[in-house]
Formats: sequence, C-alpha cells, structure tokens
Amino acid sequence: MAYDYESRIRPGKLPHIWCPGCGHGIVMKGLIRAMDTLSLKKEETAIVSGIGCASRLPGYMDCCTLHTAHGRAAAFATGVKLARPEMNVILVGGDGDGTAIGGNHFIHACRRNIDMTYIIMNNYIYGMTGGQFSPATPTGHKASTTPYGNPDPAFDIVKLAIGAGATFVARGTAYHANQIDKLIAEAIQHKGFSVVEILDDCPTTYGRRNKYKSVVEMMNRLKDVAVPVKAAEKMSAEQLEGKILTGVLHKVERPEYCDEYAKVIERAGGNK
Amino acid sequence: MSKKVAFLQGNEAAAHGALYAGCKFFAGYPITPSTEVAEVMSAELPKVGGKFIQMEDEIGAMAALLGGALAGKKALTSTSGPGLSLKQELIGYGCIAEIPCVVFNVMRGGPSTGMPTGPSQSDVMCARWGTHGDHAAIALMPASVQECYDMVVRAFNLAETYRMPVFVMPDEIVAHMRERIEFREPGELEVIDRAAPSVPPSEYKPYDTTFGDVPPLAAFGSGYKFHVTGLNKLPDGFPTTKAEYVQAEEERQLRKVYAKVDDIVEFEEFQLDDAEICVVAYGSTSRSARYAVNEARAQGIKAGMFRIKTFWPFPDKQIKALADKVKGFIVPEMNLGMCSIEVERCAQGKAQILGINRVDGEPVNPEQILEKMKEVK
Amino acid sequence: MSRYELRFSGAGGQGLITAGIILAEAASIHEGKQSVQSQSYGPEARGGASKSEVIIADAPIDYPKVTKCDALLALTQEACTKYSDDLKEGGILLYDTDLVTKLPEGNYKRVGFNIINTAKNEVGREIVANIVALGAMIALTGVVSRENGEKAVLSRVPEAFLELNKKAYAAGFEKAQAAAAAA
Repeated sequence: MAYDYESRIRPGKLPHIWCPGCGHGIVMKGLIRAMDTLSLKKEETAIVSGIGCASRLPGYMDCCTLHTAHGRAAAFATGVKLARPEMNVILVGGDGDGTAIGGNHFIHACRRNIDMTYIIMNNYIYGMTGGQFSPATPTGHKASTTPYGNPDPAFDIVKLAIGAGATFVARGTAYHANQIDKLIAEAIQHKGFSVVEILDDCPTTYGRRNKYKSVVEMMNRLKDVAVPVKAAEKMSAEQLEGKILTGVLHKVERPEYCDEYAKVIERAGGNK
Repeated sequence: MSKKVAFLQGNEAAAHGALYAGCKFFAGYPITPSTEVAEVMSAELPKVGGKFIQMEDEIGAMAALLGGALAGKKALTSTSGPGLSLKQELIGYGCIAEIPCVVFNVMRGGPSTGMPTGPSQSDVMCARWGTHGDHAAIALMPASVQECYDMVVRAFNLAETYRMPVFVMPDEIVAHMRERIEFREPGELEVIDRAAPSVPPSEYKPYDTTFGDVPPLAAFGSGYKFHVTGLNKLPDGFPTTKAEYVQAEEERQLRKVYAKVDDIVEFEEFQLDDAEICVVAYGSTSRSARYAVNEARAQGIKAGMFRIKTFWPFPDKQIKALADKVKGFIVPEMNLGMCSIEVERCAQGKAQILGINRVDGEPVNPEQILEKMKEVK
Repeated sequence: MSRYELRFSGAGGQGLITAGIILAEAASIHEGKQSVQSQSYGPEARGGASKSEVIIADAPIDYPKVTKCDALLALTQEACTKYSDDLKEGGILLYDTDLVTKLPEGNYKRVGFNIINTAKNEVGREIVANIVALGAMIALTGVVSRENGEKAVLSRVPEAFLELNKKAYAAGFEKAQAAAAAA
C-alpha cells in the first residue's frame, strides 16, 4: 500500500538532521503509517520528545509537537495528557534521553499507567553529543567516553518498562521496517502506558567505533539478532543465546491514570 | 452578603488565591515548608474539575506544569529552595518557550538542605538568576496571609499577560503564620485569562510578534497545531540559528517585561514624605520594619519604609529617587545581603546603606532595625 | 487593648500549635480583634521543643512574633528554660507542676497546676491537654471571653469529640482560676 507520508510531514521542514544510514527516519515512517492507519487527527495528537537526535522527530511531524528538555519528555507529556485526556499523546526519544537523564520520569510514567505511547529509538549511544556511552551501550563496547571498553552493564529497556509497570511493551528493529507501524499502532490503541523499543543504528558515532564496516552490516546485525517472540517459543535456550526477542512482549490490563483521576474528581464532587 | 472569612496560613491562602484566579492544574513535589499549598490544591482542584498531580521529583513537577499550561490550563506549582534549584532548567524552558505558569516558592534557609523549617529570604537572587541564559523575571513578595492570596491572583494575571513563569516568594514566616483573610468576591480582583489567537489555526504562529511583544498562545488540543521547542526559534516556533532572529527574540523576551516595568512594579511607601532614614524591606521583614518605623516616629526619628512588593523587576526608579532624598537606607533581610546589592546598585553611592542580615532561623526584629537607625549619619 | 503577646511552648505532638491557632481564631473570628499566630518547630513530628506564638491587638499587627512575652505556657522543663527569657516583667507563666520544677527567676506571676494529668485523669484523655491549657490561658489572661474561647474550640473539633473538648476547656479554665487565687 502506498502511503502518503507527506500529508503528515510539516511542509518545508525537511531535510531532517539525521545522518545517512541512521534508522530514525525508518521509525518516523513507521509512526506515520501507524497514525494513518488509526486516522489520528493532527490537532488532537501531541508528539512530545526530549533532547537528542531521535527527539528532533516531532519537528517534522504535522501535529501538536513539543520538543522539551533533555530527559523530560515523559513528565511534560504527563502534564499535557492529564490536562487533556482526550488527546493522543505519543513520546519519542532515544535511549540516553529516556533511560538515563529521563529514567525517573520513564519509570513513573510506566507506574502510573497513563495512556500514552513511548517510542524509544535505541541506538546504544548518545549520538547528538558525539558518541558517549548510554545506559543501553553493551558492556565492553567502545564509545567516546569508554575508549577502553564500556565497564557498565546495560539496561534491558523492555524489562525495565515491564518491571516499572508499563501495561504494553513491544520491541522491533529498524531493519524490520514493516513491523514498526504495526507495533506502534497496537501500542497507541492499547489503553495505558505503552512502550515500543526500536533497536536502531548509529553508524556515525557507534558503528565506526565498534568495528561495523558499514550501515548494511549494522542492519544485518539487527536482522540476525532479532527473533520474533512467537518463533522463540519453539527455540532452545542454546538457539536463543545472543538473540533479542521482538514483537509484543507484554500486554496486561490495569486501571489507567486519567480514568482513575476522573474518579477522584467524581469523589470530590467536581462533575457538577 | 457577608464575605467568607477564614483564619488561614499563608500557604493555604495562596492555594485559595490560585483557585480564585481560575487555576485548574497543579503539579508539585512535597517539600517543607510549602506542602500546605499542595495539600489544599489536592483537596480543592478536583472539586472544580481541575487536576492535581504529585510528580516523581521537582523537575518532573515543573515539566508537567508546563505541559498542563501548554494544554491551556492556568497552572501552579509550589516549592522551596532546593526544589527551586532543581526546577531552574525548566523555568528557563518556560521563559524561552513563553509558557505562562506560577511558581510559589517558600523561602527557607540554605544553600542545600539548610534549615528546612526556618525562615529565610535567600532565594531572591535564585528567582532572578537561577536559570541560565538571559531572561526576564517577575517575582512578588507577599507580607501577609491576605497578600499570599491576592498576589497569587496577580501572579496569574502577570503570567498570562506576559506569557512567562511568574514567582510568588513568601518567606517561611509569611507562608506558615495564620491570619484572618477574606475570600474575594467574584469580580473584586481582576482576573486575566489567556489571550486567544485572533487568527485561524491555518495562519497561527506561536511567536508571531506582528501585533506586539507578547504573541497569543494557543492551547494544545484546542484545534491549533504548532511546534514548541527550547531552541532559539522563528516566529513559527521552529528552530533557527540565524543571528538576526536569535538576537531579536532574546531582546524581545526581555523587552516584553522591562518596557512595562511601571505596570508591573508595585510597592508601598510608608512615612517616607519627610524621612531621612528609609528602611527597604519585603516579606515578613517589612512587618518588623513598619513596627520599627512607628517606634522611631514616636521617638522623633524621621524614619520611613519602602516596602518592596515586586522584587523583580526591582524598583530601580523608586530607589534611585529615594537615594537623592534620604541620608541612609537600612536593608533588613533574612540573608547575607541580597537586596542590599540591588539597593547599592540603584543608590549609586548617594546614600549610606546599612544591612541587617540574619540567617540564624530567627526573624529580623524591630529592635535591631531601631538600633541600626542610630548608625545613619 | 494594645498588643498582647502569648507563647505556648512544650514538646512536639502536645497540640500547642493547635492551641495557639484556636486562641488566635477566637480573637480574630469570634471576638473581632486582630490576631496573628506563628510557630517554630523542628524536624520532629513528635518530641523536640515546639512553640506557637499568638499576638492579639485592636489595631493591625505588624511584627508577627513575640517581642516581650505577656503570657507563657510551658508544658515541659526544656521549653520553660528555652522560652522564658523574654517573659515580660509582671507577665504570666502558666506551667505544668508535674513536668516543670525549675522555674526561672524574675518578677512575674507564676500559676501552675497538673495540666497533663488533669486531661488524662479528670477529663479522660491526655490528648486534650492542649485544650485544658488553652482554657487555663484564657482564664488567666482574659484576652478573649470564656464563651468565645469555647466557641473557637468547638468549631475546630469533630462532632464526636465536642463533649470531651468542652469538658477539657472548662476544667482548664476553672483550675487556673483556683490556682491563681491560691498563688
């Protein structure tokens, strides 16, 4: 199906700032297809981001867009959503923005189960500042601030989100482009806080330091490590060694924050 | 009809003032000595269909506040010193993105945890210079429980008029003491609502200054779609690094306040007509000053008080004029000389300046001020 | 009436701040005078030295804190020692005779009775010791009428505790009168 991507891109705001080979554009196209599929109204949709390469995404999108401060997307978005629960609120950002400086807001948004969708583009690195290691950088890998290899263990963002209470958690990759829109659409439709981690690549600041010879090699790595959760059911522990599960990994029902607050208003007699 | 009166703390009165002003959104984080504001808002906001949220930290509270404000709500947060420090980056965001909101900051000792239950006036410079970069600041200084109520109403008016975060900064004494207050009748105090855009959504630009230095702010979810960023921006809200735009935008954001300084700055002159000694005071310290001036007058000393109600913008013009008239200024404050710096700047050496500075958790008392008057030559 | 300054002192959790608020409310809301109540407290919710100050006057009150204390209540020895130094000459010191044994030097009127014990054993609940003390303070100082004091007490307490507080207030008022007559 041919999508009219341009209908959801702000006129005159391209070209984007992303490097050749960066997967963020693939994610943006996936988001556009998801929004189209769900017929989200531009005026009733807010896309909120923090700081970083991925956080520049809202500026290209034709709807209510809020490019906030580093790490604060989830907290700003919580304010927007609580003030106007009828709006669709979508958060976008990177791994450093979301799980380091914004980690506290991230886990508490999960805990509240406020009805928003958070798309985390995990490229394992702080790209915009030139390639410093993030909480998602694998142990031993090189970054501009880990010249001898990263001593830190990495977060598993999916497990973090599940542990913190998100009620919908999915993972995809920039390689599996056709899956992205479906995961995002399902996340948006889910009532509650939904997290979609997209494994992404940063050839400029991560790939070249970690012996990836090309973008193609980075994309092939995503292709190789990803195992759909359904397929994984039939695989042995040995076969799953070093693999990363993709698809919808967690989906439960739990009271949603704005609904619960509406009950507070009712108990206080504020519905007159 | 008799007015509703109550015997309330400054913090409680502030919350009721916010409700009078039409506040429908509160985001905060608990911190002594400001928590009563949050407690009252958590009880009262849902009664009027408003929203209260206790966030995971002070930064998150400021972020949610700006989000709520951008979604069209009049929004309040309350905090105190350490919380004010944490909120500063996003206060700067509120300044550059021009999002109206009110920050009620109760001043306790510091820096850091300091004396959490003791009074101070040591956040006044933090309100002006706490966030990085150039920006304008408005900060109001209530001296009574009634003023906590009234000044919060005014703070919302200023925030909505000038499209920026506005501070109300009681010291802990004013925030926690109890006095009789009158709840204002509808219409008794002016309440200014956010100006709606005069153009249809298709033509709307959030920073279009065609009609003035304060462009109207549309609300997310009201049919308008636009971009908001903390980057320097063009009139349409999109980032730019073009020198001429950046320079002009930053200058406008100062000008929108400083060109209206006479409208914004409020003060009280007490016994100043023939005064040789002028006590410059604010907050609870002004109450000690008034007491001391009355005592001084009874003793035949020509003393008066200039009470600062709007600390930022500072009443430069008024202090400059007084410097030509009086022999000396006495500046009592619960910090080690913050207002003194401003008075010195304005007085330009034309009058003696004597500070009384207490940071021991006790108020500056009237006796200290009377005693200091003897040093004015 | 010109400015009259009272201080309620003791330990955190004894309800002294509430006692101060009720007195200030009685003066301001029920008696039509001016009043300001303020407090200072430490980090402890219970224990530690705590004080609540009330200024009552006919004219607007500037300085909200005690300058020279007209009447001081001390419910602990620590508070009595800490907060009695600015007691005015000819002022009143009301104290708990079981808990305050070392009285400060000076020319003022000392009135003591077993305030906490009265609440516990005569009224029936230690928690109303602050109301016993409030009744006593009002009896000794006359800053508000007995009736207005009681009105302020009753407007602050839940329905279920009206009688208990009424009894506490009356016990304090009468015991203080008796103690003052004997002093």
